[in-house]
Amino acid sequence: MNEVTLTIDGLAITAAEGTTVLRAALAGGVYIPHLCDHPDLDPVGVCRLCMVEIGGRMVPACRTPVSEGLTVATGSPLIDAVRRTAVELLIANHPEDCLTCSQNDDCQLQRVAAYVGVDRGRLGRLRRTAEEVPVDRSNPFFNYDSNKCVLCGICVRTCGQRQGVGAIDFAHRGFDTTVSTFGNGPLAESVCESCGECVVRCPVGALAPKALEQPSREVKSVCPYCGVGCGMYLGVRGNKIVSVRGDTENPANQGSLCVKGRFGQGFVNSPKRLTTPLVRKDGRLVEATWDEALDLVAETFSRHTGDQFATIASAKCTNEENYLAQKFTRAAMATHSIDHCARL
Amino acid sequence: MAGLVTSFGSGAMTNSIAEISDASCILAIGTNTTVAHPVIALRVKEAVRRGATLIVANPKEIDLCRFAGMFLRQKPGSDVALLMGMARVIVDEGLADEAFIEQRCEDFDAFKESLEAFDLDFVEQTTGVPRDKIVEAARCFATSKPAAILYAMGITQHIHGTDNVMAVANLALLTGNVGKPSSGVNPLRGQNNVQGACDMGALPNVYPGYQKVILPEVREKFEKAWGCSLPESVGLTHTEIFDAAYHGKIKAIYLIGENPILSEANANHVKEAIDKTEFLVVQDIFMTETAELADVVLPAAAFAEKDGTFTNTERRVQRIHKAVDSPGEAKPDCWITSQIAQRMGVAGFDFAGPAEIMAEIASLTPAYGGISYDRLGNEGLQWPCPTPDHPGTPFLHGAKFAAPSGKGRFVPLEYKPSAETADEKYPLILTTDRSLFHFHTATMTRKVAGLEALDDRELLKINPADATRLGVEHGQTVRVASRRGKMTVEVDVTDVCPPGVVSATFHFAESPTNELTNSALDPVAKIPETKVCAVRIEKVS
Ligand code: SF4
Ligand code: SF4
Ligand code: FES
Repeated sequence: MNEVTLTIDGLAITAAEGTTVLRAALAGGVYIPHLCDHPDLDPVGVCRLCMVEIGGRMVPACRTPVSEGLTVATGSPLIDAVRRTAVELLIANHPEDCLTCSQNDDCQLQRVAAYVGVDRGRLGRLRRTAEEVPVDRSNPFFNYDSNKCVLCGICVRTCGQRQGVGAIDFAHRGFDTTVSTFGNGPLAESVCESCGECVVRCPVGALAPKALEQPSREVKSVCPYCGVGCGMYLGVRGNKIVSVRGDTENPANQGSLCVKGRFGQGFVNSPKRLTTPLVRKDGRLVEATWDEALDLVAETFSRHTGDQFATIASAKCTNEENYLAQKFTRAAMATHSIDHCARL
Repeated sequence: MAGLVTSFGSGAMTNSIAEISDASCILAIGTNTTVAHPVIALRVKEAVRRGATLIVANPKEIDLCRFAGMFLRQKPGSDVALLMGMARVIVDEGLADEAFIEQRCEDFDAFKESLEAFDLDFVEQTTGVPRDKIVEAARCFATSKPAAILYAMGITQHIHGTDNVMAVANLALLTGNVGKPSSGVNPLRGQNNVQGACDMGALPNVYPGYQKVILPEVREKFEKAWGCSLPESVGLTHTEIFDAAYHGKIKAIYLIGENPILSEANANHVKEAIDKTEFLVVQDIFMTETAELADVVLPAAAFAEKDGTFTNTERRVQRIHKAVDSPGEAKPDCWITSQIAQRMGVAGFDFAGPAEIMAEIASLTPAYGGISYDRLGNEGLQWPCPTPDHPGTPFLHGAKFAAPSGKGRFVPLEYKPSAETADEKYPLILTTDRSLFHFHTATMTRKVAGLEALDDRELLKINPADATRLGVEHGQTVRVASRRGKMTVEVDVTDVCPPGVVSATFHFAESPTNELTNSALDPVAKIPETKVCAVRIEKVS
């Protein structure tokens, strides 16, 4: 891909042809306020926060392609005024519970507001007497609080374009515009597939996971469900998996996950896990030590080598485990009767 | 898999997942992709957004149909007729890729002759798909390049599943859609490491890397490597193992991470077979329906509690890393298997860790020859990766086919009906399916409260016409009976199923669908016909 060099606030930035001024600036370490742009989605230019000046004209940086020699100014008295009004309109009615919001510290609205600098006094005049809308808690994995929504449309585009589901869309017009399901019903009763892709991309706390625990570290892994083998990072806190994040660098899934991958790893920490070997005594399975169980197995298997023995291996186990299972069957048990559920 | 080996010399997905987005035509047959492989479905949708034509061929109106330019609703079990019919149109209209056939393929003439039997009258009648739709689909598939075919269990779980796969492969060869990016024949594997389990030789006829058990030079290679003598003849397959157990021939079974009582076709038979097995050892992370019947249950570590590799459906070998400790006394499967071997006094099971096992795998498995933990990094490696400096292989059969002749083989086919067809006593066809929210026998997913909340019970899907005729209503509980078993289940009246066809998953122990299904086997691949089973529906009062 060809590269071009442009100047943003006097700084020379090299970017790939075809990208936008906003993305080139962000990649080059220059912040331009923005809410409705997302690298995974086509730009739409609705929030108007990313306005910049090029050749004396005000243009949205997210909709302006880079070109050789382009000169961009990210601020001017006019731009600042436009931006401030846009931000103030957004936050005038935004709930003020930032500290208890799960997006705290990672919120694009906080970032934008801090950058623009907001005058508290003016907010009161902008406030509408809209009623607080109840939070949609119907989905088991995440909530939707439309009071916090900034109408960037990232969730709508994610669900519609990227996921091809279209569970949510804009409803009503003007001041009354909201994001909601078809017929305004709860998410759980919509065609939502609970993939969580909208939640991941929501720049504020409107779509937020129910699980609030943040991981203290992340471990690279692969989803244990279907054959796509999506790359994921398991978020771990103590000895518990508290979050799952799609691996954007993995070529198989490019960051995406489905509902099972993203929200279905809780089984690992299930209290129903087997925790001790069990041996059948007097018709009942009773707890045993590893030594007891393994000796019993080794001794009994020894008596049934060859045609009397078979292994059913697992398509959920690792390559190394399957290798050992077949080596065991062939080398130790002297039979090739090993199979797994590939056929099912 | 056996079918693809015959046609191409390798049973794996020919191309890579990411390539799907750039296909210009996609034929998705026998795959409910949005449900069973949701993230691959995203690539299909992306291709459609970029202008590709999607052809969905499925007896049921699956979600993917929303994106399809064409929907071919063939009758269950009529895939060979449909695919051969399309091939016939392509040949008759001169749309075949003659240069590709000439240079890269063999046995075309015999195949062409077998097309004689598939005139469109016959195909239309057998498949129930109108002839102009077949013609339109054939033209589109032959003229939009590259074209990719995706398929899953809807193709393989039939008594003639191997024929189905070869029919798919024929179509790809005929149009020159093999050995190029964004094309190919792409079986989507169900479980996360089915590909790896096959690669590792957890199969009765091959050692790791598909090296045949019956070849003396192969046997000698492994005897030398493992320092033991090895049996000469092939072993038993999954279904045959339970048959042998039923007849008292197999006395001990080592069952790792499987729940055959729910997953096997004709599950009652499996239950009886297990009852007759003298010694059943089950190694799993949960107490499953099958583990309840075991003599010894060994608690295993879950994927997040160990290091190792999985190989996904596109042949990508990827690392997993230990994230948390196992609960209680649970141990990694590697440790357990090694312990049993060592306690039996067998040498060759004292590995320092999974990296060392991978080194042994690489030394004995040509396709994994260049794979080591050091190299797996962020993206993993796609086999074949024969040497330490090989970059891996995104698509197969580029310069030549993996078969010994180096050529892609056309296979002449004839249409064979399913083992069971609807009759007076059992007038409906039951076909199995999956839910987006559960996996396989749901041993894992049903332990996740949120998934259970989204989908907590079996629903038998039935067409409104059938429902009206039987006088059953949405939400009503009915009894479904086949020649092998019965279950009670709630009814979901929906157009998704065509008249005469009902469908259910097998995720729920309360409604054990596989007690009904047919274990009649494909003679080559030995896959049971769970996709076609004749049933009747009775009202329960
Ligand atoms: S979770 Fe997925 S399907 Fe549901 S609204 Fe969000 S993007 Fe759409
Ligand atoms: S996240 Fe979903 S699509 Fe990806 S491997 Fe897991 S189950 Fe399959
Ligand atoms: S980011 Fe450019 S208009 Fe919203």
